Amino acid sequence: MVSFNRRSLLKGAAAAGAVGASGLLDFAKAWAQQAQWKPEANATLNVLRWKRFVPAEDAEFMKLVDAFSKATGVKMNISNESFDDIQPKASVAANTGTGPDIVWGLHSLPQLFPDKVLDVSDVAGYLGKKYGGWFPAAEATCKAKGKWAAIPVAVNGGYINYRISSIEKAGFKSVPRDTAGFLELCKALKANNTPCGFALGHATGDANGWLHWVLWSHGAYLADKDGKVSINSPETAKALEYCKALYATFIPGTASWNDSSNNKAFLAGELHLTNNGISIYAAAKADAALNAIANDMNHAEFPIGPVGKPQELQLTFPMLAFRFTKSPNAAKAFMAFLMDAQQYNPWLEAAAGYLTNTLQAYDNNPVWTKDPKNTVFKNAARNTLPASGIAPVDERAAAAIADFIVVDMFANYCTGREDLKGAMSVAERQAKRIYR
Amino acid sequence: MSQMTASGAGSAGRSERTLWQRLSHDRNFLGLVFMIPAAAILLMFLAYPLFKGVWLSFTDAKIGRDGVWIGLENYEWLWDDKIFWLSVFNTLVYTIVASIFKFAVGLYLALLLNEKLPFKALIRSIVLIPFVVPTVLSAIAFWWIYDSQFSIISWSLKNMGLINENINFLGDPNNARASLIFANIWRGVPFIAITLLAGLQTVSPSLYEAATLDGATRWQNFWYITFPLLTPIIAVVMTFSVLFTFTDFQLIWAMTRGGPVNATHLMATLGYQRAIMAGNLGEGSAIATAMVPFLLVAIMVSWFGLQRRKWQQGGRDD
Repeated sequence: MVSFNRRSLLKGAAAAGAVGASGLLDFAKAWAQQAQWKPEANATLNVLRWKRFVPAEDAEFMKLVDAFSKATGVKMNISNESFDDIQPKASVAANTGTGPDIVWGLHSLPQLFPDKVLDVSDVAGYLGKKYGGWFPAAEATCKAKGKWAAIPVAVNGGYINYRISSIEKAGFKSVPRDTAGFLELCKALKANNTPCGFALGHATGDANGWLHWVLWSHGAYLADKDGKVSINSPETAKALEYCKALYATFIPGTASWNDSSNNKAFLAGELHLTNNGISIYAAAKADAALNAIANDMNHAEFPIGPVGKPQELQLTFPMLAFRFTKSPNAAKAFMAFLMDAQQYNPWLEAAAGYLTNTLQAYDNNPVWTKDPKNTVFKNAARNTLPASGIAPVDERAAAAIADFIVVDMFANYCTGREDLKGAMSVAERQAKRIYR
Repeated sequence: MSQMTASGAGSAGRSERTLWQRLSHDRNFLGLVFMIPAAAILLMFLAYPLFKGVWLSFTDAKIGRDGVWIGLENYEWLWDDKIFWLSVFNTLVYTIVASIFKFAVGLYLALLLNEKLPFKALIRSIVLIPFVVPTVLSAIAFWWIYDSQFSIISWSLKNMGLINENINFLGDPNNARASLIFANIWRGVPFIAITLLAGLQTVSPSLYEAATLDGATRWQNFWYITFPLLTPIIAVVMTFSVLFTFTDFQLIWAMTRGGPVNATHLMATLGYQRAIMAGNLGEGSAIATAMVPFLLVAIMVSWFGLQRRKWQQGGRDD
């Protein structure tokens, strides 16, 4: 067992960066000798990952990729794609049997083609045992037909981002913890001309995130626990009414918003409350001109609705390897190496709250305590439901999210395009097609 | 025996040579041979994907899994699908409105550019810029121009005191449709203008001189000389323009993803969303296949409607 840790190494080093990197390599070599997955000779791994949002996270990731490559001799090619391009590329690779060996994607990507991916149950079992177990939603997201189809590397938490001064001016000390109180806050913000706003357009991350919270927090789900479509229900009607009341308090134009629209509006000082990852705060901290916003903003969990417990949809980042890879052991070794504390902790820290751990032991990571404004994001993996809600996690849930069924249902009703029954029946019909 | 064999072999050799000689001088055979590479490319890259797409539309194929034959089920489902019909409506509105405006503005621009202007070459190059800029880049530029909070149009109008609130360009269904159509027109006009300009330059000046001597006005010059002589080129350019507009994808996907509430979903974007994003290849292929009849009609109208040569030459139409 290697007896140093990264902190002690950094403390004792004159040139922290250089020694940190060599320390990582030493550890990687020791790890590679002990690891139960021995990469194939002359193995090459082509990894396709989502494009980073936090540069420090990417730098730390590349550092550990480099250490893994040097320690094991596995040639690593990393390519990046934007969120929306990962799934089509992974799908094409799955269909054609050629392409990247490893794909690090979004939501329940492995559920789209569970038969095409490498069974990584051994890696998941090993990591879960070593690091206090997986959070339930992460496990459900990556398990298909009783096997682990992917490793849930992290969760991207999206929470309420708000301007402290604005909610105080509206007469609130903090963001209310219940949906009724939250609506009152949004009304007060609107009255003060410091409005809130949430994406109602086809924004894969933000719109799906907050609208599934509205739906689920009212006890409504697209499909029930047996996978039977249940969207046409009194609970959904209540969720729609609540959403419409909330929509009336929004800044204009949210029906056209994509994932970056609320970031821009918040940083321009026009938007005072929205849902987002930590990226708005990170951008405000990084730019001297926006420091005033960083100081005046904070994060809060989504309020609790009538169901009485957190019901969030957070974005899981599963990493899968295809069965067609010529280097299955190298792929498994890389996944195990990435999730090992020696690599995972500094990487998680570098992500600065943008990513949340899926293994319980990493709750002790300093990222959650060194800046109190990060702390809310620690709960992302704990509070989220799988993308399917209470229904079995499978490819149908992924298809429903990709087809914006829930987003369009709310947008149809809020913008007045459909009445209550019409909005639910359109969604029900689409859902039944997928859940047949 | 040996003689017979020898003579048999000899006659066979003669007949082979004769056959080869005959074939090597046969224009039909050579035509066929020279056509094979082009035919192979067309079959491989055009016909095969097209038929594969049609085949997939009759299956329940999903990404990563072969489908089974389900007959017309995908089409039956789409027949009752409000969103599909909305996308058909959007596609028709988008194509018809954008094509009419592109033609009108393009023809006007071509006539202007055909006049004697100072810096003619420079102006013609500038006109081409919207067509040269990559679609995604122009889409992103328009996305900013139409932004609900940061639109330069809203900002300017507000500063001039003409409006109090930002214009909801992409958040309101009709505004969003109009905004996208405008972006498409901006992008498509140069193609039509420059192509028609090329056509205009083939019209012999002597025709105008003769007409002018006969006392024709400028309008009569245009209506009785320019327009009839331009119709073959208009037929070609409008066929292409309608096809490009009908199958547009990038502008929509980069700006609205089909939103708000599917008001700007074209058949191409809806097909992509269902086939690639949501993984339902069969249904997405059915949407794509459903585009084919519309495209065929558009081509027929252009070709049979505009390429009536008797009429162009002053004769009567059949």
